[in-house]
Amino acid sequence: MASRSISAAYRLLLSPVPLRSGFRQTQQALSAVWMQNRDYSIQTFIPPPAKYGGRHTVTMIPGDGIGPELMLHVKEVFRHSCVPIDFEVVNVNSTSNDEDDIQNAITAIRRNRVALKGNIETNHNMPPSHRSRNNLLRTSLDLYANVIHCRSVPGVQTRHKDIDIMIVRENTEGEYSSLEHESVSGVVESLKIITRANSLRIAEYAFKLAREEGRKKITAVHKANIMKLGDGLFLACCKEVASGYPDITFESMIVDNTTMQLVSNPQQFDVMVMPNLYGNIVNNVCAGLVGGPGLVPGANYGNVYAVFETATRNTGKSIANKNIANPTAMLLASCMMLDHLKLHSYAASIRKAILGSMNEHRMHTADIGGQGTTSEVVQSICRQIIVKNGRAVTV
Amino acid sequence: MAALRHFLRSTQSQLYPQISLARRPLCTSPLVQQAEPGKSDGAFHVTMIPGDGVGPELMHSVREVFKAADVPVEFDEHHLSEVQNMASKEKLDEVLASMQANKVAIKGKIHTPMEYKGELASYEMRLRRKLDLFANVVHVNSLPGYKTRHNNLDLVIIREQTEGEYSSLEHESVSGVIECLKIITREKSNRIAKFAFDYATKKGRSKVTAVHKANIMKLGDGLFLQCCKEVAQLYPKIQFDTMIIDNCCMQLVQNPYQFDVLVMPNLYGNIIDNLAAGLVGGAGVVPGESYSAEYAVFETGARHPFAQAVGRNIANPTAMLLSATNMLRHLNLEYHSNLISDAVKKVIKQGKVRTRDMGGYSTTTDFIKAVIDGLHYRHSY
Repeated sequence: MASRSISAAYRLLLSPVPLRSGFRQTQQALSAVWMQNRDYSIQTFIPPPAKYGGRHTVTMIPGDGIGPELMLHVKEVFRHSCVPIDFEVVNVNSTSNDEDDIQNAITAIRRNRVALKGNIETNHNMPPSHRSRNNLLRTSLDLYANVIHCRSVPGVQTRHKDIDIMIVRENTEGEYSSLEHESVSGVVESLKIITRANSLRIAEYAFKLAREEGRKKITAVHKANIMKLGDGLFLACCKEVASGYPDITFESMIVDNTTMQLVSNPQQFDVMVMPNLYGNIVNNVCAGLVGGPGLVPGANYGNVYAVFETATRNTGKSIANKNIANPTAMLLASCMMLDHLKLHSYAASIRKAILGSMNEHRMHTADIGGQGTTSEVVQSICRQIIVKNGRAVTV
Repeated sequence: MAALRHFLRSTQSQLYPQISLARRPLCTSPLVQQAEPGKSDGAFHVTMIPGDGVGPELMHSVREVFKAADVPVEFDEHHLSEVQNMASKEKLDEVLASMQANKVAIKGKIHTPMEYKGELASYEMRLRRKLDLFANVVHVNSLPGYKTRHNNLDLVIIREQTEGEYSSLEHESVSGVIECLKIITREKSNRIAKFAFDYATKKGRSKVTAVHKANIMKLGDGLFLQCCKEVAQLYPKIQFDTMIIDNCCMQLVQNPYQFDVLVMPNLYGNIIDNLAAGLVGGAGVVPGESYSAEYAVFETGARHPFAQAVGRNIANPTAMLLSATNMLRHLNLEYHSNLISDAVKKVIKQGKVRTRDMGGYSTTTDFIKAVIDGLHYRHSY
């Protein structure tokens, strides 16, 4: 017994010399390859989009309030138009304290690249460590540009006519940094972060968008008279980028004046660019100008990922499950998504049907002064979608 | 009478393959379908490549069944065949142009002659590369009512089919020494791995097994394995496992129930596809499909021309019909898809009409007739 174990040990002692050297060589050759690959993968490994045989997979996060019912309507309209999209539905529980659900949702967007999202309720009574799920999602995926397009819809009665404003909002920093602390008892500091890199990035995005859309003027909204350094930096970055776009007029406006101008003379604005919180406020003002939260779609773009939702990001808990929510905003958001996926003909067809049903006054939901129900509106939209040769088309 | 005519026609085709294919009346008349009233106008256009061997006969079955089920699909037929001297660059371009418009095709096997005539890549491979059909999916599913050695099998085999051993890169560096290059790239491995996991997510499957031979090809298959592992991290809810190809073959014949979705490089996939098809009843019953980002091609799972059966009316159309129903599902025609697949499965379950490969004595025509009767039965509800 003892002799056998000794001989085994002896063999082990003998063997390492030739064996290990051979092993090491391959190991080195391997690790050299792996290391290169690994570095490469960490920097640039972005999985290919989930598109096979012309069909896309898109993450769907129903959210809370009216989100789930609106998602059903989007599915209904898509099915009717034969849109080549499959949804991967990921539910996020807003009442639980752990972040598993939202991390799941974020991973799902990482693999599909595109998502359609309802708003997730944020409970203010949770402990301060509980971050807004929506904010977490936007910052983890680096969705830096929030774009909404407020346009007067024919058929909807509003105080102002002919509004056509695009708002580009910085979406990842500013007041939404989630950095707050109580340095002395009774004194709380909230940090608003403005960085040169992010400001340049959003300004560049706004100018590029303006050029693509054939727009003439960009207004930067700020409060640099008070926050001379923070908003000053933002303004300086916008000016710097503007110098590269001589074909587009650039002007700046202070946020308080902007809101006043918006409600008194909104037609003067074309494209607007601004930091996070001002964007939030101006978005809501503009959505209100053209008819309310039920009408305006919104999109969040990063370099790789894109998430589409309603412009004003509210859950609409009070009107949930009553079949009275206006499906227009979410449907238009889904059209923006179709455009993003280059399914332009489907987008155009559905958009046309949505605007067409707006002309029928009896098809208006309560929020824009009608008596129609959500499902009636959706049915009316479906009726107007023309499917030819298995594809939704516009005539 | 019809059978006789069919027989005459096919003997003709054996005798004068070149002439008869040009005027074969099997599939020349385009189907004109009535559109569903009020809902949609026109029909879905699909490219059809009948291929060699029993391909044209199977396509005929598909047409017959589609006609009987009122499926709003119009076929755009293109013949491409190397053995019948029907393959040329122009033909290939024609097929590609048709695919560009339609995005979806149904296809038989284009036979590849073994002998070397100066071209390393076959037309089958060229078509696949031009369309970048990188992922082949074979869903191996036992058919209820047809007993085989293993029953209730349900596994999916996903195969990379644009690189690996099928690179068509072979050369004789020294006389008598031939090198065949097997190419594995990070980009394509990532792509197929992601396809496998996306497929598993979409179909609600719980496990993906990567099949490899990284113990011998440490760098090549090692890279493939590494890519699968990386991609697996994006899918925390799906279990990831690896298995060496030789062991995988043994496990498949011994205990195939342990597998769910399998993903692998080209040649292993080819072998496993056929092995797994054999487990549930052979090449005649297993459907398959190939995907690129843009295009989808529907075909049989084990791709053989089955040339010895040509004109004998004995080919089993089950695989092609099930593949066609998968195509309908891909086109959003859920209702028609279920209608036909239910009818096919019912015929097999009843077991009265079976083709020779399934141990019966019925002809292809009998089988198709039974399927069509099944359709009408459902219609009358």
